[in-house]
This record gives sequence, structure tokens and C-alpha cells, in this order.
Amino acid sequence: MLSFRRKAVNVIMLSLTGVCTLLAVGTLLFVLGYLFIHGGTSLTMNFFTKLPTPVGEAGGGMANALLGSAKLLLLASSIGIPIGFLGGVYLAEFGGSSFSFVVRYTTDLLNGVPSIVIGIFAYTLIVLPQGHFSTLSGGLALGVMMIPIAIRSSEDFLRAVPVSLREGAMALGASKAKTIFTVVIPAAKAGLITGIMLNVARVAGETAPLIFTAFGNRYWSPGWEQPTAALPVMIYTYAISPYPDWKQQAWSAGFVLLMLVLTINIFARMILSKRGHVAR
Amino acid sequence: MSPMQAPISRPTSPPEPGIIGQPFPIQMAEEKTPAPAEAAKLSATNLVFHYGSFRALHGISMQVFDKRVTAFIGPSGCGKSTFLRTLNRMNETIRSSRVEGEILLDGEDIFKLEVSALRRRVGMVFQRPNPFPKSIFDNIAYGPRINGTVSRSGMKDHVEQSLRRAALWDEVKDKLYESASGLSGGQQQRLCIARALAVNPEVLLLDEPCSALDPIATAKIEDLIFQLKDSCTIVIVTHNMQQAARVADYTGFFLMGKLIEFDNTTVIFKNPSRKETEDYITGRFG
Amino acid sequence: MSTAAPTAFEARPSGRASAFWQRLRSGDDIAYVITLTCALTILAVTALLIFELFRNSALPREKFGWSFLTGTTWDPVVGQYGALPFIYGTVVTSALALLMGIPLGVGAAIFLAELAPTKISNGLTFLIELLAAVPSVIFGLLGIFVLVPALVTLEPAIRAVLGWTPLFSGPFYGVSMFSAGVVLTIMIIPFIISISREVILAVPTEQREGALALGATKWETTWNVVLPFAKKGIMGSIFLALARSLGETMAVTMVIGNEPKIHSSLFAPGYSIAAVIANNFAEASDALEKGALIELGLVLFGLTIIINGFARVLVLSTTRKGAK
Repeated sequence: MLSFRRKAVNVIMLSLTGVCTLLAVGTLLFVLGYLFIHGGTSLTMNFFTKLPTPVGEAGGGMANALLGSAKLLLLASSIGIPIGFLGGVYLAEFGGSSFSFVVRYTTDLLNGVPSIVIGIFAYTLIVLPQGHFSTLSGGLALGVMMIPIAIRSSEDFLRAVPVSLREGAMALGASKAKTIFTVVIPAAKAGLITGIMLNVARVAGETAPLIFTAFGNRYWSPGWEQPTAALPVMIYTYAISPYPDWKQQAWSAGFVLLMLVLTINIFARMILSKRGHVAR
Repeated sequence: MSPMQAPISRPTSPPEPGIIGQPFPIQMAEEKTPAPAEAAKLSATNLVFHYGSFRALHGISMQVFDKRVTAFIGPSGCGKSTFLRTLNRMNETIRSSRVEGEILLDGEDIFKLEVSALRRRVGMVFQRPNPFPKSIFDNIAYGPRINGTVSRSGMKDHVEQSLRRAALWDEVKDKLYESASGLSGGQQQRLCIARALAVNPEVLLLDEPCSALDPIATAKIEDLIFQLKDSCTIVIVTHNMQQAARVADYTGFFLMGKLIEFDNTTVIFKNPSRKETEDYITGRFG
Repeated sequence: MSTAAPTAFEARPSGRASAFWQRLRSGDDIAYVITLTCALTILAVTALLIFELFRNSALPREKFGWSFLTGTTWDPVVGQYGALPFIYGTVVTSALALLMGIPLGVGAAIFLAELAPTKISNGLTFLIELLAAVPSVIFGLLGIFVLVPALVTLEPAIRAVLGWTPLFSGPFYGVSMFSAGVVLTIMIIPFIISISREVILAVPTEQREGALALGATKWETTWNVVLPFAKKGIMGSIFLALARSLGETMAVTMVIGNEPKIHSSLFAPGYSIAAVIANNFAEASDALEKGALIELGLVLFGLTIIINGFARVLVLSTTRKGAK
């Protein structure tokens, strides 16, 4: 017969684990709810269409930050996705063992580097020689962050394509390259596309590397050589400011950013779980 | 028509007493008389194959005759699939493999041919059906498309012809553009056969094509083999001796990487000259 | 119909066919070269990163040497740079985050892996993994405007329980190392939960059955059999979480108080490496200050590399997804 003490410990400890779970899940729900109430309900069209106004004037928005983030992400993706994807193809389809090991290890290394250090890197590479902040340097910083994520996810999804499909294509006379591009990649396309989406969502929220590369801008930033506003950086700048109107805008911006990031994440994961993959 | 070209009927008689008087349920087709000198489509001379340091095939020498069905039998791990895969150089996809010896296709050294071109002439169907995640039509059209052998306008007819050759047309003609993964296992395997046929191979290698299928699907594929024989040389690896006895004109018995005996199927099953063959046929091992 | 064998002439390398043959051949070669170049790019970028970090921190490294790491004064005006307050702040806030995050995270992982029915477990894990996708600046936002005021209200209660220790002494203005620790806890929990859950699920059923068959309670089985078996993977998840918290910038900057001094009380403001870089880099005027900040970046880089290294070794060998 089980002693009362053992039974009690069992019940208490197991209940505590439930409490921990509730806390974790509850936090997410709290984050969502709070941002919705404080940011979502006061969201206006001005936010999306107007430029920031001088302090004290009402009616300002973050149109330039939205465009700036879009440009940065476009530049980052055009650097990070092709290099990462093709690198992933190499590891999955061509890799010899010791070189691949080095590449994977380095990928993990780069992946673990704090984003602010990547920002320093982009700074030393572009801002320093050019002498000014720019969209280019911000885009490069984000692009470098995207590369290791893209390599890892591409490699995982390409490897998941069964060997039997590759053999089937090669037995029909397809060369290795043809097999990869006409059979393997199409077979992995759900995973590859969602991988890209998750990558972009992850980088869209990054603030630290932009603080001293893209820097920020109260106005539009034409071209690629001028500093530009970005959504997460605006949130930060406005949040730590002493002006109530700015703080309110920080909430709205936070809500928009969160919705963007979470929507992409949920959508991507749903696609993956339907196909039987597990997102990482 | 010579005796060899007469259609071989499916066996309907009850099991005969087996080898050496012991009862054994092998059904034999009509007696196949040994043919006069046959044309060799493929010939292997002293083929040796290594996986890394492990020697998987020890000097195989044999011939595959044109427009005949040749079967390879033997216990698991005896090298029959390995040997099959050397015939279209599929083993080259394995990194640490090494081949020595000679294989000739119509007198040409296959190792001197361009490998994609070889594989168009010597096709393969695998143990587990492996349709591409594309539509049925795109699966069949894949080979001709990448090899550029059929024009766009002729593709529809070509796909139909390949599906008819694989006895699958009637079952899929209304769903050509649906995904191939919606077909049953047996249908998928016939799809893979149709896909292989779409590049008009001269030789078709079948690596235990029925082992993942139920008896009815198996029977359909065996019928198919009879029909295809006229246009295509067939080599089939099977662990099912009855299947070999049913479909094959010639049979080779493999054991531990060596070709123990190769002869007319009738001879192998009724009057084998090697003791190992006899032991295997009678079920003493394997 | 194509019963004439177009394949026959292609097989023989003759003039027209050999051009076709060459093109096929080079398709493979081109693909190999292009993808190899991209793989090499990663190596090049990482090497360049390390090189640039070293090159641009040469000035302070020459000037201060190893005393950079032990110096406690950070004063751009007089040109004196010591990193110890930031290292201290980084380590303390991360340690706090681990202290609070490990029990919460492993606890939740146990619930999700052992107790919750599969569908609920998957659903809740999905939600928790979404938490990992929330950008750092959002946590910072909530940190400043929700957490800090909340902690200010809770302060008397905390002080009542823990105020006798030097860790919770002194004035409390809201922004503090403690607040940063709490925010970091929330940010690292999803990683600990996600990985630990996978690792616990990977423990073979026979292990649990063996303990239960001997009359152990569910909790005893979990604590004495399952967790020890999953120990390596859970440790790995902890290292991963640690690496993340060390590099976490925005949320920490917004609630830590940004004071480059070492205080023993958690209620006091502090500073982390990432936070000081974020705050000062853009305005840093002279080369020495910039170099010092970059050297801090180098220190952070080194720390996270080491910790991540441990983490990978431990995690990859034990999850359901198998070793790479």
C-alpha cells in the first residue's frame, strides 16, 4: 500500500507541472491580449499612411518604417535565401563527409552569434568605409542572419525526400542535377517555402543589428544608401521616449509587428503539419 | 513460330512431384526446350563488386538473352540485387563502391557509355513503388521530357501507349491529371513500369517488383511480364521461386556473391547440376 | 511512334551526340560548383566576421590587454574601458533567468510529455513555440510598461520574503537586474520546454514500465527514471537557452536600468554586454570607444560560441529527430 506521503508528493508535483504549463501558455495569451487591447484597438489608418510628425503633433504614423522594413527584408532575403538554399542543396545532395561537417558546424556557429554582433559585422564592413548609415548595411546584417537558418532548413527538407524518388529519376536517365531540380526540390517544396516564410518572420522582428546600420529616419529613405526607419527600431525608440503619444504609437506598432510575425508562423506551421512534417 | 515464340500458357495443372521425387509445390509451365544459340543482349564477364572493403560479388560471368525473361534467385543477401544494379550502373550512387570486370550491352562496354544514356536503354523498376509526387501523366512523361525523346504534341499519345503497355490505361484514363499517390500499391507499381517503358528501354530490370504487393496485384504484374517479353528483354530478381518458375525462361541461382548455376529454368528446377542449387530449391535453406 | 531507337545513337559518343553528352555532363558540374560556392560562402562570412571583430578591436586590446575583462570603470570621457560590470550584468541576469526558467520549463515539459493527452500536448506545444517567435522588442515593450510596474507593486512582498539577503536589498526603482532576469526567463522558457519535451518523449516506454511495474508512482517514475535518462538532452536545452539569453539585447536594454556599475543587489540597476553596445554604438565618437564596444562584441561572441558548442553536442544526440 502506498504511503500517504508518496501519494501526496505525486499529486502535488504533477499538479505543479500543470501549473508551469499554464504559466507558459498563459504568458503567450497575455502577450497577445495585452498588445491587442493597447495597440490593436487604437490602430488607425494614419499608422499605415502617414510619416512621423514632430513631437507633440497628433496624427503621425509609421509609413516610412513599414516601407523601410519591407526594403530591408527584401534585400536580406535576396542575399540570405539563395545562398542558404543552394548551400543546403550542396549539403543534402553533394556533400562529402568531412567538408560537410565543417560547413554544418560553421552554420550552427553563425546561427548562434547574437544578432548585435552581426550588426557590428555589417557596421565594420559597410558603414565604416562608407561613413554613413544605410539601408544596404541593415539589409546585409539581416541577410547574414538569414543564411544559416536557410541552409539548415533547406538541408533538412531536401534530405527528407526519400532516396527511392532519386533512384527512380536516375534510373530513367536523369543526371544528378536534373534529378535534384526536377524531382527532389519539387518534392520538398512545401517545406522549403515554409522555411523561407519562417526565416523572414524571424528576421522581421530583429532590432539590435539595425540600430547602428540602418539607424533610423524620420522621413522616407529613397534608394539604398540612406539610413532608414524600420518597424522594430521605431517601436524601441518610441517606447523609451518620454512622450505619451509616441508610447501609444509604440503599442500600435508592436501589435502590427506581432500580428505579422505570428500570422506567418501559424500559417507556415499549419502547412507543414498538414504535410506531416514538423517545424523546427 | 518456333517453340520458344509460342505463347507460354499460365500453369493450370496441379503440382507435380518435385525435384528428386520429393513433394514440392512448384508449378511448372510447359516444358521449355533449350533454344538454339540465342542472341546475348547483356553479357557480364568476371564481374567483381566491392562495398568499401567488403566483396559483394565474386567474378560473375553470365549472359542475358534478348527478348527473354531471366530470373535471379537466391537467399537474402546473396548478391542478386547487387548484380542487377550493376547492369544499369545504379550502384555508382553508392559512394564507396568499386566495380571490376566487364559488362557488355549489344557488344558495347557499358562503363564507356554515358551513364544517362545507358539508363535510358536499361530501365529499372524497384522493390517498393516510387511514383513521383506529381500527376500520373507527369510521372509517365518525366522520362521522355528530360531526355527530349518525345515532342510536346506527341506526348499524350505516348503516355497512353506506355500505360497500355503496362496494362494500366483502363484503370487510370479518367484520372491522368490526379496525383499518382492516390493509386493502390499494385497500380503504383504498374505505373512505375509504365514510366520505365515510356523511355523505350531495350532491357527492363525488375528488382523484386512484387514483394510489396498482394497476390492479385502480383498476378497482374506477372501477366504483364509475359506480354512485355516480346518487345523488351526482362531481368527479374525474385525471392519467390514459384514466380521464377512461372515467368522466367532462364534462371540464375546466386549464393554468397557467386553465381552458382545459370541455365534454362526447367533445368534449374527439375535437374540442377549443383548441390547448392538443389538444396535451395528443395528448401533446405534460405 | 518512337519505336525506332533514338536512344541507340545517343549512347555512342559520336559528334552530335557528344555535344549533347557534354551539356548533360556539365549540368552536373555547374550545379556542383554553384552549390559548393554557396556552402563556402558560409565559411567565408564566418571567417570574415571573426577577422573584422579582431581587427577593429585591436586598439583597446593593445591598450588594455586582459585587464579589459577585469576593469570596472567604463568612462568614455577619460578613455578608460573595463568590461567587468557588463560581464557581471550579463552573467547575473542569465543566471537568474536559468534559475527561474529551468524549473518552470522542465516542469511544463514533463506535463506536456508525460501527462497531457497527445492532441492537447501538441496544441499547447504549438502555442508555446509561438512564444519563441515573438520579437525581443515586444517583450521589451511589455517589460517596461507592464512588468516593471507590476514588480514595483510586488516589491514589498518580495522584500518581505527575501529581503534579508543582500540579493534583495537596497532601493528598487523598477528597472533592475531582477526585472531583466524575469523578462529573460519568459524568453527562454519556450526553448527549454520544446527541446526537453522532445527529449522526454524519446525516453523508451520500457523504462517507464519497468519503474511502474515495481510500484513507483508516476512522479517517482518521472523524477527517478525518465529525467535521468533524458538528462543529457535537457542539459543541452539549458545550454541553448543560456546562449540565447546571453545575446539577448532589446528586452534587456529596456528594463535593466543601464547603469555600468556592479551592485550586489538584484534590485539595483545594471548593464549587460549586448545592452551597452546597443545603447552606445551609434553615438560612439572616438575610435577607442568604438573599438572597446567591438571588443565587447568579441567577448560576447566567444561566450556564445562556447556555450552553443556544449548545447549542440548534448541535444543532437538525444532527440527524437535523431543525430545529424
